[in-house]
Amino acid sequence: MPTRALPLFGTRRSLRVLERNALVYRSQWLMLLSGFFEPLFYLLSIGIGLNHLVGAISVHGRLVNYATFVAPGMLATSAMNGAMIDSIFNTFFKLKISHTYDALLATPLEVEDVALGEVWWALVRAAIYAASFIVCMVLLGDAGSPWVVLCWPGAILTSFAFSCLGLAACTYIRSWQDFDLVTLVQLPLFLFSATFFPITLYPKWLGAIVSVSPLYQSATLLRGLALGQFDWIMVGRSAYLVILAFVGLHVASRRFRKILTP
Amino acid sequence: MTPTTHATQRQPRWLRSWWYHAAFYAQTWRGSVASSILFPILYLASLGVGVGHLVTAHTGLVEGQTYLHFIAPSLLATTTMQLGEGESLWPVLASVKWIRTYHAAAATPLEPDDILFGKLAWVATRAFVTSIIYTIIVGCFGALTSWWSLTLPLIGVLITLAFSAPLVAYAAAAQSDASFTTLYRFAFVPMFLFSATFYPVSAYPGYLRPVVQFFPLYHGVALVRAAAYGRGSLAIQLAHVAVLVGLAVTGVLWGRRTMRRRLTD
Amino acid sequence: MTNDYVLEARRLVKRFGDFEAVRGIDLSIERGESFGFLGPNGAGKTSTMRMISAVSQPTEGTITIFGLDPSTHGPEIRQRLGIVPQEDSLELELSVRLNLEMFGRYFDLPRRVVRERATELLEFTQLSERANEKVDNLSGGMKRRLTIARGLINRPEILILDEPTTGLDPQARHLLWDRLYRLKREGVTLIITTHYMDEAEQLCDRLVVMDRGTIVAEGAPRSLIDRYSTREVVELRFASDNHEAFHDRLAPFAERLEILPDRVLLYVHEGDATLREIHASGITPSSALVRRSSLEDVFLHLTGRSLSD
Ligand SMILES: Nc1ncnc2c1ncn2[C@@H]1O[C@H](COP(=O)(O)OP(=O)(O)O)[C@@H](O)[C@H]1O
Ligand SMILES: [Mg+2]
Repeated sequence: MPTRALPLFGTRRSLRVLERNALVYRSQWLMLLSGFFEPLFYLLSIGIGLNHLVGAISVHGRLVNYATFVAPGMLATSAMNGAMIDSIFNTFFKLKISHTYDALLATPLEVEDVALGEVWWALVRAAIYAASFIVCMVLLGDAGSPWVVLCWPGAILTSFAFSCLGLAACTYIRSWQDFDLVTLVQLPLFLFSATFFPITLYPKWLGAIVSVSPLYQSATLLRGLALGQFDWIMVGRSAYLVILAFVGLHVASRRFRKILTP
Repeated sequence: MTPTTHATQRQPRWLRSWWYHAAFYAQTWRGSVASSILFPILYLASLGVGVGHLVTAHTGLVEGQTYLHFIAPSLLATTTMQLGEGESLWPVLASVKWIRTYHAAAATPLEPDDILFGKLAWVATRAFVTSIIYTIIVGCFGALTSWWSLTLPLIGVLITLAFSAPLVAYAAAAQSDASFTTLYRFAFVPMFLFSATFYPVSAYPGYLRPVVQFFPLYHGVALVRAAAYGRGSLAIQLAHVAVLVGLAVTGVLWGRRTMRRRLTD
Repeated sequence: MTNDYVLEARRLVKRFGDFEAVRGIDLSIERGESFGFLGPNGAGKTSTMRMISAVSQPTEGTITIFGLDPSTHGPEIRQRLGIVPQEDSLELELSVRLNLEMFGRYFDLPRRVVRERATELLEFTQLSERANEKVDNLSGGMKRRLTIARGLINRPEILILDEPTTGLDPQARHLLWDRLYRLKREGVTLIITTHYMDEAEQLCDRLVVMDRGTIVAEGAPRSLIDRYSTREVVELRFASDNHEAFHDRLAPFAERLEILPDRVLLYVHEGDATLREIHASGITPSSALVRRSSLEDVFLHLTGRSLSD
């Protein structure tokens, strides 16, 4: 069948889900646009206050100011948070509260298409958001090098991984209260992924644990890209994120099928 | 059927509304308690110790404190602010519009005022408990050096009410949650970042410093630091208190109108 | 005449901005009576119900409930009312039993009393088996029953129900009717809105028909039928689509004639006799049906057939 573009993970029809979401959210474009200000505020605040409290930090021998050090980590974090909110919170709502998908499945769409469609949607938003974040970095002088443009695909990859994982996690959520559990996962990831200070500050054993964190991998990858410091480990880091994404998507499709077509 | 004339008013009506919120919370508290204990510990361990290490190496003390001790009290202020925000916008709109449980309550002897006061009393209760937990944790990190610290739970309640009361009033009048996200983006996030929470107000150029005074959170942060270290003049602290009390009172007065209008239209 | 009115309203008006939802209605409801509001969507039933529940403030007019003024004695009045709103407004995340118990506390009932009554009411509404289930998992009919149980937790003297059975299946409706009937026998005053005619005929001693914010008719169901309709109705269908063409020929046979897109209604006293006369005059409908006149005929006559909402 020609529509079977990605046989394991849904078909081209998944783009219909993307269209639907785009239509529904069309009225909220202003909100999407205002998302630009959030990174601006964060970077501005760090630039004003912490830059001179913390001073310069050495990244692979290059001294950069604190905002330049933190910005890629914040970009990774916001990619994670955005993806998780979209794929856990909003999807939970559609899956279990408003039963939006039941209506979609009364059409030729398959369950896998729905799951994949949600991922497309998360990626579109992530792409817009990451672009505005990077613009903020450049505007505030936190960019590090012209290679910062490569952070764009890097951030989208991060969103891809986290939205697939989030989509899988979402299917296990029973009620609103379980969102507290999501926070319990998100928070340590956010605070302990070497986003705010170099991993070398951790004791060795903790550093080993931290390096498993997808957010750490993403933050380090983005920092390398932003500063134009390329190495082969980056390929490993990207591969790690891609693998997580596909595992998440696979689990999500199966769980969606179980929930929507019991 | 015998009329229910037992009504001897053992319990004031607003307290019944408080009780309802408490009973609801009793069903759903687990996750939020875990995070309200874990969050400050992780936060202080990460930002306080980790970033603090960098700050100490480069700058040394901040306003006479280590960076950890500098940011630890302000965590109490930001958390109680966030509690006030989180409890007041969506939950209230849900209760007056989506699930309409406040309408159900208004069909009992409760008046709109009772529902409002019960809600705020409940939020204040949560703020009090959360503040006690935070005070203990912040104390364990060694950031409390004055007996004035014992007032921190009350300051926490005050900060929460200064945010919660106006936001409950606002949400009770709202037709949709569209504006809530904008409020977060353009009011709460900047306030969180720029209220001298993570660095001293001296980091701002002189002409910006008075502007910071317009953030209610700034007054909370200043008050909390003063209590933690027992520092600063009493008159200035009273001014901070006055700002927060003013917000809370305005919120209550406004909320009495919006809640009544919403529930009795 | 002893006038034991538990509820009286005079010249009630409710305005939302410029829009007048209720336009000056009068009501007197006796203790123990079951009183119905009939009317199409948007007629102003819910607005009226909310005012006579001592919940919403009338824009104009006066209400007395139990001889008290709701604007000054709201809590005292509501202590003795049971209110079942049009939308369920239950705590979806909590269990069935907790919904009742927590609500009972609003009336300042002692915990023990609330627990006993909750058990009783769950039995009464046949929800005992689901007592510990989350409300979210209940069917629409069960939620409705739970809302009614909730409205009874304070043993109200007046139970006010806004469209109690809309959207329920026939089994659930009949169960509810039975329960409401029992309450009525126990002396509870019932005030009900509905747009089901059979429900109004079954449950109400007296009813008013509302349309566009005013009361257009009032009386016992049977007397309304007698007043606004004939004893029987003959429904005729013709092979031709042009029913208008039959108007003049059929008019002499009926007190009133109504042409619908698919059939012609003749309001008559003796249906079978009329049908024989029609056949005798050489008119040949493709099908014919004689039935007793119902409240539905009254309703459509008074409120019209076009959608008002
Ligand atoms: N809160 C409100 N604000 C504005 N208009 C309202 C409000 N409540 C009801 N209405 C309007 O008043 C009219 C009567 O509504 P309602 O009393 O709910 O009628 P019913 O219950 O008979 O269907 C409707 O046209 C409705 O749109
Ligand atoms: Mg209605």
